[in-house]
Amino acid sequence: MARKDVRLDVSRRKFLAGVAVAGAATTVANGTKASPGAAANKRLPSAVMPNTLQIAAETGGLREPTTQIPGRPASDYMVDVIKSMKIEYIYSNPASSFRGLHESLINYGKNTMPEFLTATHEESSVAMCHGHFKATGKPQMALMHGTVGLQHAVMAVYNAWADRVPLIMIGGNDLDASKRPPGVPTVHSAQDINALVRDFTKWDDQPVSLQHFSQSFVRAYKYAMTPPYGPVMLALDAGMQEAPIKPGEKDLYTPKYVAPTPPHGDPNALREAAKLLVNAQNPVIVADRCARTQAGTDSLVQLAELIQCPVVSRQNKVNFPNTHYLSSGPQVIRNADVILGLELTDIWGVVNGWVDNGDHDGHGITESRHRPDVKLIHINSVELNTKSNLQDIQRFMPVDILMPADAEASLPMLIEFVKQAITGDRKTVFEQRAAARRKAFAQARASFRQRATLGWDASPISAARMTAELWPHIKDLDWSMVNSSFGISPWTLQHYPIEKHYQWLGGSGAAGQGYGTPASVGAAVGNKSLGRFSFSIEGDGDFMYLPGALWTASHHNVPMLMMIHNNRGYHQEVMHLQRMSNRRNRVANLGKTMGPVGTSIENPDIDYAAMAKSMGWWSAGPIKDPAELGAVLAKAVQVVRAGEPALVDVWTQPR
Amino acid sequence: MRLVRHQVWLAAIAVGLVFGLGSVSSASEKGKQLFVKNGCWQCHGFVGQGGLAGPALTPEVMPFEAMNNFVRNSSRAMPAYPETILSNADLTEIHAYLTSLPKPADPNTIPLLKQ
Repeated sequence: MARKDVRLDVSRRKFLAGVAVAGAATTVANGTKASPGAAANKRLPSAVMPNTLQIAAETGGLREPTTQIPGRPASDYMVDVIKSMKIEYIYSNPASSFRGLHESLINYGKNTMPEFLTATHEESSVAMCHGHFKATGKPQMALMHGTVGLQHAVMAVYNAWADRVPLIMIGGNDLDASKRPPGVPTVHSAQDINALVRDFTKWDDQPVSLQHFSQSFVRAYKYAMTPPYGPVMLALDAGMQEAPIKPGEKDLYTPKYVAPTPPHGDPNALREAAKLLVNAQNPVIVADRCARTQAGTDSLVQLAELIQCPVVSRQNKVNFPNTHYLSSGPQVIRNADVILGLELTDIWGVVNGWVDNGDHDGHGITESRHRPDVKLIHINSVELNTKSNLQDIQRFMPVDILMPADAEASLPMLIEFVKQAITGDRKTVFEQRAAARRKAFAQARASFRQRATLGWDASPISAARMTAELWPHIKDLDWSMVNSSFGISPWTLQHYPIEKHYQWLGGSGAAGQGYGTPASVGAAVGNKSLGRFSFSIEGDGDFMYLPGALWTASHHNVPMLMMIHNNRGYHQEVMHLQRMSNRRNRVANLGKTMGPVGTSIENPDIDYAAMAKSMGWWSAGPIKDPAELGAVLAKAVQVVRAGEPALVDVWTQPR
Repeated sequence: MRLVRHQVWLAAIAVGLVFGLGSVSSASEKGKQLFVKNGCWQCHGFVGQGGLAGPALTPEVMPFEAMNNFVRNSSRAMPAYPETILSNADLTEIHAYLTSLPKPADPNTIPLLKQ
């Protein structure tokens, strides 16, 4: 198509102007009848309401519309409420159970703030909200069919829960069993759709009146945005959406939202923690989901520099600049006498290890990786919001000081107490420690560069080479690495100088496959308005769960670079089979594929570039020769800077 | 049985084509095939460079006796390989393959690693 040919000629300014025109055209198109020929020549709006025949064909028998319903639609008021929270986007796959709200969003809300972005799968829509929040700090909405749509979404909801990410979900549901359409719409209804996700949402409700809706919407937003953040859910009756506002509801109001202050650590506990840190010989800070904002990162730098203490970041987000000499690997934990944990998802795993070696009837061995006299301090907001069923709480670990509080919010007061506790003699100790840390940091950098040379010219391409080839093309941009597959993270998180909180958005949360591609697209939507260059490195196995997210990016003009870390297998699982086979004295690989049966993605090899092209992306690959990769990435970056998405399929070493 | 053996050889030839066995000597070609067949590449990479799950095996290749001892008796994350799965002769070939790999370049000579 012509779109492809003009991409590289499209300037960013023209591209943005084009988006504005397209948006205006969409609004007009909704108010006028267009001929089929005219429609075929125009880009379709974000969502098109089906006509009556289409609905009937899809659902197996909806009631025919008869007359216009008088009065103001209730769903128009719902749109007012949603707009009051300044939500920018609704990621959604369309469905009949929220057709009332959907129509109001388009025609009453003018499809702006929020704009409806079409997802091809509900799991995608939730993951897009997830990624969008991590890029911008602003919660977004997912709108979904109450039962079947929500069941599609469940994995992504659990990821958001485990990653402490806020998002607002609304599920349409036909509650009134005596009036709801028979057939499919009834199969798609439930008494309590929220039960499907109650184990891993912070709060849910099913409003029974419009005022109830507005209060619950604002309440849901508030709970989602109170640390620890998390997803929230509202079930919304289809009948209530479609009915007019009743005369008795004429005094409806939209509740005022006041942003909650995050929970702070107890001052006495913070003072004790400060004394321990200042007087420790080998203090270590371990940060997991700590820095919610750049202010959190800056506070952590200030604290670490005050006592010249190494900081280990657990790689779920940017907590500490990896260019700072106090940034450290986990090896420093073993000799620590005081460890300050900040929002640790797994404090047991920080100070202990598990080896999957088949001992103890196959359970493996656990071993301490800390000094017996270590003092553990933990500031952790998740202590304030626990659920019983899903075990994201990890193994139990007793600590010496526990503060159920938000770590980022608690850091400034901790810093003040640390300043007060520092005496002159400690400053000398800190200076000596700083010199040692600078030396260790320099050695670690040199070792990293040396390791990167191994397999540098190999084909398939090494993870180190793939990572390094991109850098010259993005280093002068305001870049944001919106996802990096687990297997390549050790390289990306060391090679790229990560100093800003949006330069690395972390992983999925619950390690559920299928997060990467849609979350990257959502993050790229958020980054686009902030002028950032988004790129991601997706594992091929993860990518294949929800590749339809590519279409969403193309359809909504979302520029981003996606590299496929194409190692043609599920390598996390390969070694599990190898272990089982070896322990049982059997051969794991039968020789038909690279890995044991069930772990390889080959025969046929998937053509990711062709997939991407079919969904409107510029694409290239598979690139197997490392010498070719740099030039291809240069072109791909150029395409993205012109405002289009680009995908490069790279044949890689396993991990 | 003959069919299975035929398939294994076809797979081995395919592995050779994909991973450029022509770049190593014939003595170590078999070692590379065995390195792949026995799953060593999964954690250590096709050229023993190491990665997320396993350490680098090159450029300083441990002596054969030490490698043999570790492979047979590993009690850590790497599963032990008994002789019934990986014979001494095959392990010798793997060791020869690793030893044959060219030494990596000095990082200071690679522009992408100088920044």
